[in-house]
Amino acid sequence: MLNKNSKYLVLAHFWVAFAGFFVALLLGEWQMVMRSPLVHWIGDPELYYRSVTAHGSAMAYVLPTLVAMGFGYAISEFSLKQALIGRRWAWLGFALVVLGTVTAMIPVSMGLASVLYTFYPPMIGNPFYYLGVVLVVVGSWIWVALMAINLHAWKKTHRGEPIPLPMFANVAAAYLWAWTSIGAAIEILFLILPAAFGWKTTIDAGLARVFFSWTLHAIVYFWLMPAYIAFYTLVPRAIGGRLYSDTMARISFVLFLVFSMPIGIHHLFQDPQVGSGVKFLHAVFTGMVSIPTFLTVFTICASVEIAGRLRGGKGLLGWVAALPWKNPMMLAVAFSFVMLGFGGAGGLINMSYQLDFAVHNTQWITGHFHLIFGGAIVIMYFAIAYDLWPHLTGKALANVRLMRTQLWLWFIGMIVLTFPWHFVGILGMPRRMAYYDYANPAIAPQAFSVIISVIGGLLLVISGVLFITILVKGHLANRIEPEEFRFSMAVHAPTRLPVALNSFGLWLALMIGLTITNYGFPIAQLMSLEQTSVPAIPVGVRK
Amino acid sequence: MSSERVFSFKNMWFTASVGGVLAIVVIAACIGFIWIPSSQSDKTITGLWDAICTAAGVPSRFQPVLLPTLPTGRPSNVIVTATMMHPADSQSIGRGATLAMQCTMCHGIRGMSEAASPNLAGQADAAIYKQLRDFKSGNRESVIMQPLASALSDPDMRDLAAYYAYLPRDHNVARSAQVEQAPLIVLNGAPMRNIGACASCHGDHANKAAVPNLDGEPESYIRAQLQHFAASTRRNDINEQMRNVARQMTPDEIDAAAHYYASRGE
Repeated sequence: MLNKNSKYLVLAHFWVAFAGFFVALLLGEWQMVMRSPLVHWIGDPELYYRSVTAHGSAMAYVLPTLVAMGFGYAISEFSLKQALIGRRWAWLGFALVVLGTVTAMIPVSMGLASVLYTFYPPMIGNPFYYLGVVLVVVGSWIWVALMAINLHAWKKTHRGEPIPLPMFANVAAAYLWAWTSIGAAIEILFLILPAAFGWKTTIDAGLARVFFSWTLHAIVYFWLMPAYIAFYTLVPRAIGGRLYSDTMARISFVLFLVFSMPIGIHHLFQDPQVGSGVKFLHAVFTGMVSIPTFLTVFTICASVEIAGRLRGGKGLLGWVAALPWKNPMMLAVAFSFVMLGFGGAGGLINMSYQLDFAVHNTQWITGHFHLIFGGAIVIMYFAIAYDLWPHLTGKALANVRLMRTQLWLWFIGMIVLTFPWHFVGILGMPRRMAYYDYANPAIAPQAFSVIISVIGGLLLVISGVLFITILVKGHLANRIEPEEFRFSMAVHAPTRLPVALNSFGLWLALMIGLTITNYGFPIAQLMSLEQTSVPAIPVGVRK
Repeated sequence: MSSERVFSFKNMWFTASVGGVLAIVVIAACIGFIWIPSSQSDKTITGLWDAICTAAGVPSRFQPVLLPTLPTGRPSNVIVTATMMHPADSQSIGRGATLAMQCTMCHGIRGMSEAASPNLAGQADAAIYKQLRDFKSGNRESVIMQPLASALSDPDMRDLAAYYAYLPRDHNVARSAQVEQAPLIVLNGAPMRNIGACASCHGDHANKAAVPNLDGEPESYIRAQLQHFAASTRRNDINEQMRNVARQMTPDEIDAAAHYYASRGE
């Protein structure tokens, strides 16, 4: 049972996250409409990039960070069954994230920092944009520390006992985030801010991009962690099954810790400042990430099969029909896996050093990360919110039908939005374009794809409205006494674990070690080379 | 259980995970740093160490023999960088003001011309400096400017640039009005003909080294320069960026762009 203050803490995180998400969702659809042949073009590309920057920053930094933090605090209390230590610090962290969001969004909305959420030096925006992002990250570091402290306190009183799986995964996510966010922090503090404040007129854009790639791929796994924690610790319980293997879950999470860091340079396959051997090394390790992903897909499918068989499903596929398809969690995990499957298959193209040439900087990439993050991951954020809401509000979340509609719309909308992007990406339609000249005979046949994506986006907006409606209705519903919150039980509950799977030392050492082998040389080389800087290009309204 | 040590070769988890990761690193590195670069048909790789260095991205020595030599010579000798111009001090501006006495006949007493020659007041210092050097070296042809510039030393040109950049030029056109008035060629370019938007370099959003500010320049001057670029009688744009654009522009578009920029900043 959550302490009352903790409930407010988690709710505050979720509400700010979802409010930001909703605004960003509307901006995303506006971008699609403006770029489509349906309306006359806005005439000012700056407005478009302003919107893209706000959309990306809110969706990539604010939403997942706050969901991970809020969910993390809930996991800490629910799974360790101890009051959250450092709740005041947690509120401070939350305040920093909110303050950072506001600080960053003011210059963005004024058109002073239309640099997109990945910063793209040598473009330089208003310093307050970057300072806002730093505040968000610093706020989340407080969460990292609190998760470690809470686990440490629990370990003291539970010597030798297995760490509950949700908390184990949660702390793995926290450590992953702590290490991966350092790359972008270094980039902002030492490379971008001196140029943004005007102390320097040049910037080493190549080095800055290498540092950002340090963050850029593992951040995706940080976004993914709440979804994976939900796969392992909420889904089997919610659909009436058992987790197939607790050990497999732990191995997956520690493998994410090890393998999601040393792979970021696959975002720089077309960058000239990194050697091809380094790129190949990163491509190999990117391939390794498929192992924990496949382990997860296998374990969760097996867990779901257990539920199907417990419900009387027989035969090779009869258990699929026996599953509780009316349960929102069941729908969410099924949709999530379908989108993860398509998105993952596309990801294999992106990580292949040679194939990437065909899709680099095309709409394919936009389609890929919307399908994985916006689809497979965010749909699990919805499921997490639905699962936690009665325990946070003390009120029933009764309208299951509306939830199913919402999840269906999100799934269909995301498929309709992203499949045309993948298709035209292969045809060569570039991404990050404010404007397509449909009068061009080469581009005109692709106009229909943009219209289809507009329709997909519209479905997503409707789904977003439903999501907010369901949560608001949850606050207005009848008061109930929710049962004690439970996580999934494993078929074989762990009673004794090898220390390696009950602690993080080994995996953190491997994570840092691999970062050094895979990033050490390119960073050292770029830092020592002279004349690698280029003129910084101020972006936004001058004069 | 708590007595079990993780960082020990007796621990199976330690040996397997560290050994496995090391094996992947070594195998991947051998393929990526040795095998692939060595098997390229590229003849410049001479040995194992060279293959590793190439794959690691160590810059190879500059090889001037590989650079093509243009029959027409270089379009310009000026290498434009963001730090090409030193910050102007008052002495430099003062010297520039004295030197500028010989320019007033055409460019006006305070850098605002009344003779359809370019207005230099408030112009980007890097742009003025580059053009002066190109006049002196003959990369930009002008029977008037060439003899004048040939007498100027490098510090003279810097002083002149600093002085004219320092002089004020009015910018009093509201932003919203610009968007409405700007012709399509300035705002969007013409993607079908490979013409970028003029405004992407000459406009509010752009701040690129040595790109001149065109606001309020005489219409006839802008039109003439575009025509020179189109006819390749002006060739000091180092990557042919202006020649490629101007060749594709129609006479109407040249007129529209010239008229638009001339009308700004009046």
